[in-house]
Amino acid sequence: MTKQIHLAAHFPGVNNTTVWSDPESGSQIDFASFRHLAETAERGTFDFFFLAEGLRLREVKGRIHDLDVVGRPESLTVLSALAAVTTHLGLAATVNSTFNEPYELAKRLATLDHLSGGRAAWNVVTSWDAFTGENFRRGGFLDKADRYVRAQESLRIVRKLWNSWTADDLVLAQQAGVFAREGAGAFADEGPHFDVRGRFGLPPSPQGHPVVIQAGDSDQGREFAAESAEVIFSRHGSFEAGQTFYKDVKARLARYGRAEESLKIMPAVTVVVADNDAEAEEKARHIREQQVSGPTAIVLAELLWGRDLSAYDPDGPLPSEDPVVGSGVTQGRVGFNDPGPIVAEWRAQAEANGWSLRETVINQQNRQTFVGSAATVAEAMNRHVQEDAADGFVLVPHLTPGGLDPFVDQVVPLLRERGVFRSSYAGTTLRDHLGLTR
Amino acid sequence: MSRRLITALDIDGAGGHPAAWRGSEIDPAAILSGELAVRAVQRAEAAGVDLATFADALEAPADVPERVGARLDAIGLAARIAPVTDRIGLVPTLTVTHTEPFHLQASVATLDHISSGRAGWLVDVSSSEEAAAVIGRREPAPAAETWREARYVVDVSRRLWDSWEDDAIIRDAATGRFVDRERIHYVDFESPSFAIKGPSIVPRPPQGHPLTVVRVASEEALQAVGEADVVLLPGTADLADRLAAVRAAGSKPRVLISVSVLLDGNTANAVRRADGAEQLDHIGGVERLADLIAEWSQAGVDGIHLRPASLELDVPVIASKLLPLLRERRLAGPAVGRAVTLRTRLGLRHPANRYAVGGRQ
Ligand SMILES: Cc1cc2nc3c(=O)[nH]c(=O)nc-3n(C[C@H](O)[C@H](O)[C@H](O)COP(=O)(O)O)c2cc1C
Repeated sequence: MTKQIHLAAHFPGVNNTTVWSDPESGSQIDFASFRHLAETAERGTFDFFFLAEGLRLREVKGRIHDLDVVGRPESLTVLSALAAVTTHLGLAATVNSTFNEPYELAKRLATLDHLSGGRAAWNVVTSWDAFTGENFRRGGFLDKADRYVRAQESLRIVRKLWNSWTADDLVLAQQAGVFAREGAGAFADEGPHFDVRGRFGLPPSPQGHPVVIQAGDSDQGREFAAESAEVIFSRHGSFEAGQTFYKDVKARLARYGRAEESLKIMPAVTVVVADNDAEAEEKARHIREQQVSGPTAIVLAELLWGRDLSAYDPDGPLPSEDPVVGSGVTQGRVGFNDPGPIVAEWRAQAEANGWSLRETVINQQNRQTFVGSAATVAEAMNRHVQEDAADGFVLVPHLTPGGLDPFVDQVVPLLRERGVFRSSYAGTTLRDHLGLTR
Repeated sequence: MSRRLITALDIDGAGGHPAAWRGSEIDPAAILSGELAVRAVQRAEAAGVDLATFADALEAPADVPERVGARLDAIGLAARIAPVTDRIGLVPTLTVTHTEPFHLQASVATLDHISSGRAGWLVDVSSSEEAAAVIGRREPAPAAETWREARYVVDVSRRLWDSWEDDAIIRDAATGRFVDRERIHYVDFESPSFAIKGPSIVPRPPQGHPLTVVRVASEEALQAVGEADVVLLPGTADLADRLAAVRAAGSKPRVLISVSVLLDGNTANAVRRADGAEQLDHIGGVERLADLIAEWSQAGVDGIHLRPASLELDVPVIASKLLPLLRERRLAGPAVGRAVTLRTRLGLRHPANRYAVGGRQ
C-alpha cells in the first residue's frame, strides 16, 4: 500500500545550518518570523511546526559561541501565540524532562492543546549535564545513565495527568449547575524521581492529549521511543542510515505490544530545490559555503575532534592528532560518541580530493539531504518513505523566515499530484494529521 | 484635582462570580478554548483599558462541581491573545514558589517579544499544601518565606533580562559574528535557595524589564513591594492605611485598587445576579462606581484593577459605559492611542541595563 508522507517545519536553529548572513535572512526572535514560517507550513498542509530548545547558550573553549544564531524565545509561549494565527497546523515544543516538573509540563502542554483545539505535541529531550544544570536549582543532579529513567517517569506522570479526567468528567450543564464531576482530575504517583498527588485542572482536549515526540539517538533513547513516543525526530536523513534506523526502531515496538503505524519516524532533512538538477547542485554548494566559514569549520572540527584546534588554518590540512571524547571543548550541543571512524573517513576524502579542512567540512558534513529540481526532490522523498527509510520528514530551512517557501511552492504540489501527500486537511487535530489514535 | 488613572481588567474563568459560567450568554466551552478571554480582552482594548491580568494558581481550582473546575495556564492564555491585540498590556499570574526561576523569566521575556513589549507578570507565591503536593519537591513554606524568595526571583529575572544588552545581536558578516559576546553576561546569582549562572537564553525583552506586578493582600507581601512596578491593593477597606504601608515599603510603584464589580443599573437585576457571589466591592450602576473611583483617586491610588463578576456581562458595560464616563470626568486617558510598550503606556521609563558599560546604551 502506498504510504502517505508526513511533513514538519523546523524553525531555523542555532547551529550553522542557519545562514544568518544572507541578505534575505530575517530576525530569529520577532514573532513575525515565526508567523511567516507557520503560515507557510500551513499553506503547505504540513503536519506540524517544530521548535527546538537549548537551556544554556552554547560555549566553545569556555566562551559563548558567537558564530551561529544565538538567543531564542521559549517554545510553549511562542506556540500558544501561533495557535491564534493558524487553524490546523500541529504545534510541537521541545521541552526538557530533566529540568522541569511533570505537573508543570502537563499543565502548560495541555493548555497549548486546548488553545489550539488539539494541535499540541511535546518533544521530550533529556539533556542532563552539569553545564546546563548551572541555570537550575538542583544543578547537574542527574547521572547520564538516569536521564531516560527520569524522562520515562516524567512522561508516565504527565500522561497520567492528561488522562486524569474521563470523557464524561467535563459536564458543562449550565442549568443543573454542574461544570465537572466531583473527583475529576484526581491523581497520585510515586517513583524514584517523583512523589506527586492532587488534582489536575484540565480535561482532555479535542485530540485527547498532546502527541509525544522523542529525539535521542542512543540505545536507551530508542527504547524509550519504542515504549512511549508517537513520533521520532531522528538525525538519520540519508537513505541507507534511514532504513537501518527505521528497521531498528520499528522492530522494538512488538515488545511493547505496539503496531508499526503507532510510531512515525521523521528524520531532520535539508532541501535545495531549483529549476533543474544542475542549478540545484550549484545553489546547494553556495549554501554550504555560506554555512561553513573558516572559523565555523574550526568549531565543527573541534566538535568532532574534542580538541582545541584554534591553531589550525581552515584552508590548510586536517589536524594530525587523534580525536578525544568528552573533553568539554564544546558545551551545550550533542557531541560524537565515536568520532574515530568519521575522522578516518574525513582524512581519506581530504587526501583523495586534495581538500582543505574547510572544504572537507563543507563536503563531508554539510551535504543537504535532497538536492535537485522539484521533480527530483519529490521523487527522492517519496522513495525514502515508500522504501521505509522514513515515514516523513522534519524540514530544516537554512533561511529565516522564508526558507520553506520554495519547497511549499514547488515540491508540495508534486507530492500531492503523486497522491502521497494531502491537498487539504481531512481533520482538525494533530492526531488526525498523523493518523494516530487518541 | 483629578488625574489620569491606570485601568486594568482581571480575566478569571468566566468572571469572578462562581456562577458566571452558567449564564445563558456564555458558552462554557469557550472558557477552555480561550475564546471568552480573547473577546473580553479585545473589548477592553478597544475601550482603552491599559492592561489585562490573568488569574492562575499552580494547583487546579477547588474540586467543587458547581464551579469552573478547570483553568488554562495564564501565560499560555496571554500568549494566545497577544497576536489578536496590539495595544493592551498582558500580565499573566506566575507562581514563583515552585517553578524554576530560569524558566519563569524566559517565558515572561518571550511574552514580551511576541507582544512587542506589552508583557508583565503578576508575581504570586504559594503556601498551599495542594501546590506543594502536585510538584512534590518541597514542603509548603510560610508566606514570609515565600515572599522573601519571590524578591530573589524578581531580582534574578531582571538580571537575566539584562544579561543581554539591547544591542548584543550584531550580525557582523565581516567577522562572522552573530552576537558580540562582550555584550552578553553571566549573572552568577546566588540566593539562599537557588543559584543561576546565566546568561538568559532569550535576548533582552523589548521593554528591558517586563512589568512586575505584585498583589499586596497580606503583611508578608509588603516585602516584595520594593521590587514592584505596579501594586494591586484588593478591597476598599482601610484604603488609606494600606496605601501608606505600600508607599512606605516600596520605592515608587504605581498602586491600583483592585475591586470586584458587578455592573447593572437595574437594581433588581443586580441583586439577582449577585446571589451566590463571594464578595463584591461594588454592585450597581457605573455612575456610582465612577464616583467611588474619583474618591479613590483623591485618596491617592494611581489606578483601578477591575475584577468583573462576569466577563460576558460586565466587560461590555465597563467598555461602553464606565470608561467613557471616566474619560468624561478626566479620570481616564483616550481610548485609542499609538501602539506603544506597556511601560511607555504607564509612563515608566525603559530601564537601563546594569551590565552595559558606559556610552553604549
Ligand atoms: C534530531 C535531534 C534533535 C534534537 N534536538 C534537541 C533540542 O532541540 N534540544 C535538546 O535539548 N536536545 C535535543 N536533542 C538531544 C536529544 O533529544 C537527547 O536529549 C540527547 O541526545 C541525549 O539522549 P541520547 O543519548 O539518547 O541521544 C536532539 C537530538 C536529535 C537526534
